[in-house]
Amino acid sequence: MTKCYLSYHNITSSLGFDTITVFNHLKNKKSGIQLVEDSTRFYKPFYGAVIPTETLDSAFKTLKTLTEFTHLEKMLILSLSKTIKASGIEINNRVGLIISTTKGNIDVLEDQNHFPKERAYLGQLGQIIKDYFNFKNDALVISNACVSGILSVAIAKRYLKEGIYDHIFIVAGDLISDFVLSGFNSFHAMSDAHCRPYDQDRTGINLGEAAVSVLVTSDKNHLSDDAVEILGEGSCNDANHISGPSRTGEGLFRSITTALKEAHITPNEIDYLSSHGTATLFNDEMEAIAIDRLGLNHTPLNSLKGYFGHTLGASGLLETIIGMQSLHQNTLIASAGFKTLGVSKPLHIITETTPKKLQTFLKTASGFGGCNTAVLFRKVS
Amino acid sequence: MDKTYHISSYCQIKNSRISLDGKLLFSSSIQEFQPFIKSAAQHLNTKYPKFYKMDNLSKLAFLAADILLKNAELDSNTEHNIAIVLSNKASSLDTDRTYQASISDTENFFPSPSVFVYTLPNICIGEISIKHQLHSENCFFIFDSFNADHLWINAQSLLKQQKAEKVLCGWVDFDDKNYEAFLYLVEENGIIAHNPNEIKRLFKTWQT
Repeated sequence: MTKCYLSYHNITSSLGFDTITVFNHLKNKKSGIQLVEDSTRFYKPFYGAVIPTETLDSAFKTLKTLTEFTHLEKMLILSLSKTIKASGIEINNRVGLIISTTKGNIDVLEDQNHFPKERAYLGQLGQIIKDYFNFKNDALVISNACVSGILSVAIAKRYLKEGIYDHIFIVAGDLISDFVLSGFNSFHAMSDAHCRPYDQDRTGINLGEAAVSVLVTSDKNHLSDDAVEILGEGSCNDANHISGPSRTGEGLFRSITTALKEAHITPNEIDYLSSHGTATLFNDEMEAIAIDRLGLNHTPLNSLKGYFGHTLGASGLLETIIGMQSLHQNTLIASAGFKTLGVSKPLHIITETTPKKLQTFLKTASGFGGCNTAVLFRKVS
Repeated sequence: MDKTYHISSYCQIKNSRISLDGKLLFSSSIQEFQPFIKSAAQHLNTKYPKFYKMDNLSKLAFLAADILLKNAELDSNTEHNIAIVLSNKASSLDTDRTYQASISDTENFFPSPSVFVYTLPNICIGEISIKHQLHSENCFFIFDSFNADHLWINAQSLLKQQKAEKVLCGWVDFDDKNYEAFLYLVEENGIIAHNPNEIKRLFKTWQT
């Protein structure tokens, strides 16, 4: 049976442009979230985690390209270029490309944006990334709300198991734009301070932007020293509401159950749970109910939204890469912003960054449209 | 030996016409999408008040799925594990443009949460899942044009890995005034073989 692994990776985020730098910031409790007052990009100030244009541009210059790219394209290219380079894999017709995003270049719809409006088509974004790196296969673009990033791992596994590709590079990214900022504001979902997942005083989300990339491979000769095996995955719909999570956590419960079944492991074998934890009242409560139904109350868990904000289509993959580092460094990262439990079920939320022997972790995410995804990973070495 | 899978039925909506398994189910002289889809829903006895609150893409996907799933005569007393794999070119751009227009003028700044929620392509999958109580696997892909190979790979994998008993697959695109839906159901039973050539053939038949 084909085994699938997550291998070389990169995080391009508000906390730095490579995974090790970013993880060190997490260990030092540094958050990328701050009051953002950039009237050149945003219609109003907000608490969020952005990649400043100047920082991005100066990093992007090192790629020495003459073509003009959008903010998001630069983020994606920068991240993927580092992952491809680290992997040493030659791009041939056995190598696939998956792009995961909710809104892509949505900012080109703004009147003042000088890029053509057609750039908003996600297929164009796929073509641009494909062409830049000379991929032989067309990009497979996944746009499935806030589970996109982690769902792309499950989809990559399908293609490897079906023998379509030998290796797949996933790059996931989303921007903060006035589009999403005003949208989440209209839902009254935005916190006007640092977000506090699972805390009794939580007041909503912070948005974040990031581009992250990873190599998914079935070839053991191409594994990074922190590689993990994909043990099982599940993506189940709540079938309940398009913008509100299920009150019983049904879809998430079923997603985790499916992943456990495929992995042939029991809930008590999970050493660490990297949850979604957006810090909205309803999401966090829904997750607590699903986690309780599965008997995972004693499994150490964190939400990383307090460090990166909610990076939408990137978040699931971003948090998976942090999970890989947690396993590799045997370190549980504190759930930023959490003090007092504010959900109806007991949860073991990590309050201090602590060393602990870790083998297996579960990543979950949930999103609009009632979607949920759960993927189980185990350390290789 | 591997099980073989079949396309048990398919539904098409385009140019003010709706067909099921190649046979015309409803046609109208109304060119414009919204009055057309409304009259189609009434004619087909959809009886689902939420339908009228959906955006164009969701209406299109929902109606095609509803026709297929009703036709499948599923036992309402048992749960059905029907995965949903949809794709299109324009993502949710039709509603994205409407939403962007609501925030582009600072003097007339009226972002609406009920519009914003539809600015994701997979919302239509949520609508189908709610109506038919499908707690199943789902994914929305974006392709430059209809891509039978990728749909086939995903459906095959879901069925072979026993992640689903059936897969509702297809293409549902809404862009400016242009719309088209081509949805099909893959399962063990059926006459049409489930392979990329047959998927392409069915898709092309209704193009002419």
